[in-house]
Amino acid sequence: MSIDGRIQDFIRQNFLFGSDDKIGENDSLLDRGIIDSTGAMELVSFLENEFSIEVGDRDLVPENLDSVAAITAFVMRKTAEKQQPIDAIRAIG
Amino acid sequence: MFSSTVLKLDAAAETARIAEAIRGQVRSLRKRGAVLGLSGGIDSSVVAALCARALGKDKVLGLFMPEHHSSDDSLALGRMVAEAIGVEAIVENISPALEGAGCYRRQEEAIRQVVPEYGPGWKCKLIMPSILESERLNMTQLTVQSPANDSRTVRLTAQAYLQLVAATNFKQRIRKMTEYYHADRLNYAVAGTPNRLEYDQGFFVKQGDGAADFKPIAHLYKTQVYQLAEYLEIPEEIRKRPPTTDTFSMPQTQEEFYFALPYARMDLCLYAHNHDVPAAEVAGHVDLTAEQVERVYRDIEAKRRATRYLHATPLLVEPVSELSAGSTAAGS
Repeated sequence: MSIDGRIQDFIRQNFLFGSDDKIGENDSLLDRGIIDSTGAMELVSFLENEFSIEVGDRDLVPENLDSVAAITAFVMRKTAEKQQPIDAIRAIG
Repeated sequence: MFSSTVLKLDAAAETARIAEAIRGQVRSLRKRGAVLGLSGGIDSSVVAALCARALGKDKVLGLFMPEHHSSDDSLALGRMVAEAIGVEAIVENISPALEGAGCYRRQEEAIRQVVPEYGPGWKCKLIMPSILESERLNMTQLTVQSPANDSRTVRLTAQAYLQLVAATNFKQRIRKMTEYYHADRLNYAVAGTPNRLEYDQGFFVKQGDGAADFKPIAHLYKTQVYQLAEYLEIPEEIRKRPPTTDTFSMPQTQEEFYFALPYARMDLCLYAHNHDVPAAEVAGHVDLTAEQVERVYRDIEAKRRATRYLHATPLLVEPVSELSAGSTAAGS
């Protein structure tokens, strides 16, 4: 499943009781009342465990976490950052 | 026109208006007096004084309800207020009830999920990072202090956060149970003590300090509560005391736990937001930039959304129309 698909699935299962209601990829999860501050904590735990990334304190802003599109872009950025040192080591090897 | 004096009220007139409202409400509830918790803080002090004015000093019972984590001066200040107003007040130490309910054990269990070494001699508080420096999500953090006075702040998992808050909520709920015990035995009504900022922003525990039969200062900004406090001659020591939550083992201000700003500036922002005053017009009066005021406005709306649940009455499948207000059904 794609990154945004996994994120959509997590949100649907944990905050919408498995509903088929469509979440627009740019819909504000906060403004639509889909997640609140506690939900954001759960979301962060999910992202760290599911995608093996670290979410720092400075990452806890709406521009990273307030829509499926934003979360997807954030995960891809964090994954790429993690990959850079590994690529560098491989290049040296 | 917005100014920093928009919250100035006629304290004498407002006191008379609230006293009349209290009399009418307590009569409508068919109760004989009022019970309230006295924390030594400004809100409960003012509510006690208003109830005494409205109903008579001998018709008001104050309760001091300390527990393990209460600040040392709360009881002394509470006694000072009761004496100044002339109402009866009794001590109900809720620590045994909290122990029995597992409040402290469950709190420590929650904290050890993120700070495994937390235990006897440690202290803690919850804080929320400031929104003034940057846009941020309202994610609470935990500050702990070791017996050696070393402090650090950590992020909480959702599970740890929810359990810590749930365990801590026992304090407000057991206090409210105690208030209702005395209200039931005296046939009194329970007075709630939230001010407008707390009531609006959901700064209370559902069925804890959020429960009451009447709430005489819920319409007043905290700044206005202080004006009434001066008029009602609440002791100066209480009027000068900085607002505190008095909930966790470490001292904690209300703004580091919940509100974006100290109350005086928060009140002005709330008033301005309620009256659609543009952020740029407010900024200079609260020592913030227009962008910061906009963040405060968004934070106000975010907290209203998040705490709508706290105000909600039980949801029914269909209304029981016979119980609507003004019903004169037999036996009611």
